[in-house]
Amino acid sequence: MTMIGWLQIILFCVIIVALTKPLGWYMTRVFNGERTFLSPVLRPIEAGIYRISGVDEKREQHWLTYTVAMLLFHVGGFLIIYGVMRLQAVLPFNPAGQAAVAEDLSFNTAVSFITNTNWQNYGGESTLSYLVQMVGLTHQNFLSAAIGIALAVALIRGFSRASVRTVGNFWVDVTRCTLYVLLPICVVYTLFLVWQGIPQTLGDYVEATTLEGAKQTIAVGPVASQVAIKMLGTNGGGFFNANAAHPFENPTALSNFVQMLSIFALGAALTNVFGRMVGNQRQGWAILAVMGVLFVAGVAVTYWAEANGTSTLQALGLTGGNMEGKEVRFGIVASALFAVITTAASCGAVNAMHDSFTALGGMIPLINIELGEIIVGGVGAGMYGMLLFVILAIFVAGLMVGRTPEYVGKKIEAREVKMAMLAILVLPLMILGWTAVGVVYPAAVASMANAGPHGFTEVLYAYTSATGNNGSAFAGLSGNTFFYNLTLASAMFVGRFFMIVPAMAIAGSLAGKKSIPPSMGTFPTTGGLFVGLVVGVILIMGGLTFFPALALGPIVEHLAMNASQLF
Amino acid sequence: MLREIRPAIVLLLALTAITGVAYPLAMTGIAGAIFPARAQGSLIEKDGKVVGSTLIGQEFKDDKYFHGRPSATLAPDPNDSSKTVPAPYNAANSGGSNLGPTSKALADRLKEDVDRLKAENPNAAVPVDLVTTSASGLDPDISPEAAEFQVPRVAKARNMPEASLKQLVASNTEGRWLGLIGEPRVNVLALNLALDRAAAK
Repeated sequence: MTMIGWLQIILFCVIIVALTKPLGWYMTRVFNGERTFLSPVLRPIEAGIYRISGVDEKREQHWLTYTVAMLLFHVGGFLIIYGVMRLQAVLPFNPAGQAAVAEDLSFNTAVSFITNTNWQNYGGESTLSYLVQMVGLTHQNFLSAAIGIALAVALIRGFSRASVRTVGNFWVDVTRCTLYVLLPICVVYTLFLVWQGIPQTLGDYVEATTLEGAKQTIAVGPVASQVAIKMLGTNGGGFFNANAAHPFENPTALSNFVQMLSIFALGAALTNVFGRMVGNQRQGWAILAVMGVLFVAGVAVTYWAEANGTSTLQALGLTGGNMEGKEVRFGIVASALFAVITTAASCGAVNAMHDSFTALGGMIPLINIELGEIIVGGVGAGMYGMLLFVILAIFVAGLMVGRTPEYVGKKIEAREVKMAMLAILVLPLMILGWTAVGVVYPAAVASMANAGPHGFTEVLYAYTSATGNNGSAFAGLSGNTFFYNLTLASAMFVGRFFMIVPAMAIAGSLAGKKSIPPSMGTFPTTGGLFVGLVVGVILIMGGLTFFPALALGPIVEHLAMNASQLF
Repeated sequence: MLREIRPAIVLLLALTAITGVAYPLAMTGIAGAIFPARAQGSLIEKDGKVVGSTLIGQEFKDDKYFHGRPSATLAPDPNDSSKTVPAPYNAANSGGSNLGPTSKALADRLKEDVDRLKAENPNAAVPVDLVTTSASGLDPDISPEAAEFQVPRVAKARNMPEASLKQLVASNTEGRWLGLIGEPRVNVLALNLALDRAAAK
């Protein structure tokens, strides 16, 4: 670990905190339907969209209608992706002549993109046409992000409103999020990325003759426009197989730094949106503080582990950390930081291969996802995930003093706690359940790339990533098999929707409750005690659930590594 | 609920048209106008022919060139399309080795490469990036230490003084952005092109 490494980490944290307030201010205006500086340009487009699609923007929806609208939207998105993948051979914008994608891979990828997972069983440059990348993937990157944010805002409205039946209008929230938040940032961001060197072209793959006379086919494409939304929307699905490690997806140290910022920016800003909507920004800062504590702890462990290297490297006298599967322009610190960010948020883009991380360095990304990706989290998903843990923490605090718990003026009662538990229990069910199947089913075992405990971790990571809708991978695992395409898709589906529907039920239930003013007996939720309590609940829940599985994978591998045992 | 069907279809198509068609195509047009070379992939031409991209590493095996990092990229086996074969720096199929910290295959590969490099230059410590594969398999860079490590070999093969090569390496070393972000690095293709030019003089 070096001083300059830590300075980069500190600078990252400072900029995120600095962005939180202005972005939160802007997003709050957008979701309250107020005018913004972009309204003169975008308002006519917005109004036109409502007119042709028959949306009455003044009419708000009951939580159930909101949820059904969201589900219907996903069905449509699924059909578009599946359709263009199956038909890409006969559709335009296919200069590399990619053949139709197989049924199971198309199914997996379609589920993966509508759930904001963006798991890559597909190979990007070796599998998909430009049309699929644009109409299938880029477009769904926008929508799954906009949907996530809309759902978080709906849940926040549940807290901020009192005695009403509605939580907002899904169509309006998604449209406004796309037009006013995601699209303008992406336009500027894309140009920045092209300036840094990311290609943006519809031309053919380039045939080069290297200095030594060999042939090299260089895949290009409309990359920058997709990378912008893939990062900003915490989607993470790469244009290329190697994702953000590919020099065309992440050409410079600066592009890497900005990409890391853009993964966290909207998620962090949503904590401020929450504070503003419930009428006290300190409520938002308290939640960001919970995220910050867990984040910094994760970064410290991963950075230390990667800088330390492995026993194999040390035995050969190789210093400078574990560079296997990392790029020179990022080095140890930017690779370790990126890995923690991408799994804390549900992004899943990678700028280094997590499969080649040290045992402990790779365990932190795994834990981040298993905790529910609530450390900033996916855009929207992180916020509603975190609020579920807050509900539990408040419930625990209420039990301790024997008083009905309340949070930002709302009584937390049996219904909310039950729904929160339901959502949180989905994680272990899918992650541990499918991992158990994956390590005994012969066809699944054959997909492991590494032997010993590392192979187990590959499978555990795959289902963790899928259930958490993250999309990063211990990529040695051959996931493009019938078994993994289907089981991972089921984990992604359940992990997304069995989290969303209970969260929306809580939103509806809270919106209907009266708001009660704070009294002497109200537990203050803006101070250090509250932050500590929530951190504790998150760690205890995660620890009790996943420690046994971690002990079989990364922890035993770390011990084996220290004993110089190889597999 | 039935009245949500129409927006589900029409709104989806409208937003698909905006974000999936208009946005990428408009960005392609604008980016191509403002940054034409970079939008095409930062390609380098020599004598009218494309020799590569500044951003994409390529394989160097000849002693008279500086070598990049090992690459774990694969290509379909020409004899059996269901299998893959090693194809270093395959820029149409990026990827890493994905070997873990306790992998015997990785340990064996590292040992072999370290032994080979130690024989080549016994006077310096082997830089770690010169024996580890990159995440993309297309890393265009090596560390300044890895470039300096190769100076004696290149000097011998080219019959050039080591001092002038060291100077060449130094002038092709890029520092951290603002002295803070990223790591110092040497672009191997740029260095080798500069080397060819220097040797021609």
